[in-house]
Amino acid sequence: MNANQLAFIALGGLAFLGALGVVLIPNPVRAALALVVNFFVLGLLYFVLGSQMMGISQIMVYAGAIMVLFLFVIMMLKLDKKAEEVAPGDAWRKRFTWLIGAVIGGAIFGGVMLPLASITTRVNPPQNFGTPQAVGWSLFTTYVWPFEVISVLLLVGIVGSIMLAKRRF
Amino acid sequence: MQSELYTIPSIDWSLVMPFIVVVITGVIGLLIEMFRPKQNNNAIVLVSLAGLAGAFALLIPQLGVTTTTTFAGMVLRDQFGVLLQLIIVAGAFLSLIFSEPYMKQRRIAHGEFYPMALWATSGAMLMVSSDNLLMIFVGLEVLSIALYCLAGLARDEQRSEEAALKYFLLGAFASAFLLYGIAFVYGITGSTSLAVFMETLARAPGINDLTVLFAITLLLVGFGFKTALVPFHQWTPDVYQGAPTNVTAFMSAVSKVAAFGAFARVLEASLPVQEFWMPALIVITILTMTVGNLAALVQKDVKRALGYSSIAHAGYVMVALLAYLQDPAKGSLGTVITYLAIYTFMTIGSFAVLSLTAVNKSEGTRYQDLYGLWNRAPLAAGCLVLFMVSLVGVPPTAGFLGKFQIFQDAMGAGLPLLAIALAINSFVSAYYYLQIVRAVFVDEEGALRVQSAPMNAGLRFALVICAVGVMPILFAPILSQGKQTVTLSKMIESGAFLQRPVASVPLNPEPGEKVEQITPSAPLSTVTGN
Repeated sequence: MNANQLAFIALGGLAFLGALGVVLIPNPVRAALALVVNFFVLGLLYFVLGSQMMGISQIMVYAGAIMVLFLFVIMMLKLDKKAEEVAPGDAWRKRFTWLIGAVIGGAIFGGVMLPLASITTRVNPPQNFGTPQAVGWSLFTTYVWPFEVISVLLLVGIVGSIMLAKRRF
Repeated sequence: MQSELYTIPSIDWSLVMPFIVVVITGVIGLLIEMFRPKQNNNAIVLVSLAGLAGAFALLIPQLGVTTTTTFAGMVLRDQFGVLLQLIIVAGAFLSLIFSEPYMKQRRIAHGEFYPMALWATSGAMLMVSSDNLLMIFVGLEVLSIALYCLAGLARDEQRSEEAALKYFLLGAFASAFLLYGIAFVYGITGSTSLAVFMETLARAPGINDLTVLFAITLLLVGFGFKTALVPFHQWTPDVYQGAPTNVTAFMSAVSKVAAFGAFARVLEASLPVQEFWMPALIVITILTMTVGNLAALVQKDVKRALGYSSIAHAGYVMVALLAYLQDPAKGSLGTVITYLAIYTFMTIGSFAVLSLTAVNKSEGTRYQDLYGLWNRAPLAAGCLVLFMVSLVGVPPTAGFLGKFQIFQDAMGAGLPLLAIALAINSFVSAYYYLQIVRAVFVDEEGALRVQSAPMNAGLRFALVICAVGVMPILFAPILSQGKQTVTLSKMIESGAFLQRPVASVPLNPEPGEKVEQITPSAPLSTVTGN
């Protein structure tokens, strides 16, 4: 076991604990904070893979911007009470919920693991893969057209949201 | 530092000029909206139509040229793409031209409609003019996000809001499927190019590879949503009914053509693993035609019935596409393109007539609301009858020619099941189309109370073009002369749709080359997994 694997196991375990916290903690604000831990550690995992640009974006966009939005919504909705619990006599329904959860969880797990199992060749990325320079270079050479066209998408988003939200005239 | 690894792509602006013209026209329209006198959109309408006409004029000279790519393979110009772009631009033009009077009647004459519609058009153009999944996805999102907003244009109305929300949620869901599929394609080939995907599939062990299976299934689900094939069609009737009629017209033609263009390229690239998806798609196509037509029979609302009819027509187009993919010698992409063109005229024309039912903020689109239309607006009513007859596929119209060609293609390509399902469905569909025709001529007491908006120049213009569009003269020379002299198909064949130049992918070299880049610290160059 080399240092890389140790780092992966440590970070992966931490991310797993964070994810468990999101599901198991009843208080929504604390659950959201657990999600921050998960997002942040996921960003570090990208660094371990050598994908610095992804790691930086993950921490900035998810652990930063998106989490602020989450917390904002939670505070606006005043969800400080305990999550609704299943009525005690309704054990059957509870079991059914577990079953559905298990099926969906299994489907997602299978959906991720099955394709991985069939991969037979190991491919190493080119040198500098995932560094900000490499991402910048490819953005402005190979992917310059989609990069520019995305601006139309942003324009559509801005104009569309104002069109739907502005007051009546 | 890395300039050897990343070469600056050469750029041929003529390939993307039509797209740029449409986008810039939208920006100009938005600027006019800023400075316009209140409540008058005439300048925006004129500029938008001029922009679309300009894009159309720029596309025409590209019809004869050979297949080329630019922007490092991100933009592809072939006959298929150029023809579909022409249909898209024409469809956008026809749906914009009757919009202003309709939106005024409904009190939703927001000037932003035109820029948004133009940008949606530009997204559709991107989708059909690339064989790179990344570009297809970006184009799809530009198209879809603009359409989500347009579907909710009548934002004081619950029905419109519901349409926008349903379209948005289901569309986002479909986009996620598509993106997941694209991620798998990237995982398999190290590139988002469909040409590279096809090459890899041709070499790969085939459908035993689970990754390939996942990739193609997810892509199929994503495009199934966008083209409204049957298990994924649930959103269509609600959105078509709830959205303003001009938006419905736009959506039913432009977004369908774009989605089919991209779907055709994806399916063609997946031909090496045909045995996996072909049976599934045959079942889906039969279901699409049957469910679409049967559900349309019981509708009480004309817009909803036409929504189901558009599902059925998606099925007809799929028959033509599958015939081509099954046997490129017998089937032809020309049939697909021709049918999409005919369908564009028929569907936009029908919705244009329906836009007359909007009077004084309210709109009724039930069958009763068409009663007596013949007396109030003979031109519109006559055109509606023509479009319905063409949608059924009655002999003298273009709708018949298109369907007959699809039938022949399917028989020739060895898909008789699809051909027979197509024929039976055409008979079934006659019932509800003729019900619409009947409503136009009902002349009883109830008909006197029905109101409709006055005719206007824009609508008249749109109707005349659509009516000419469903005349068989336009398509007869293309289709009647048999496969050898078919001009349209020949043009596409000369464009060598299949033998497109493989885009160079500097960031992700071919799998064979990757071995050289493996560092000495990783001795396992190939790990044979379980």
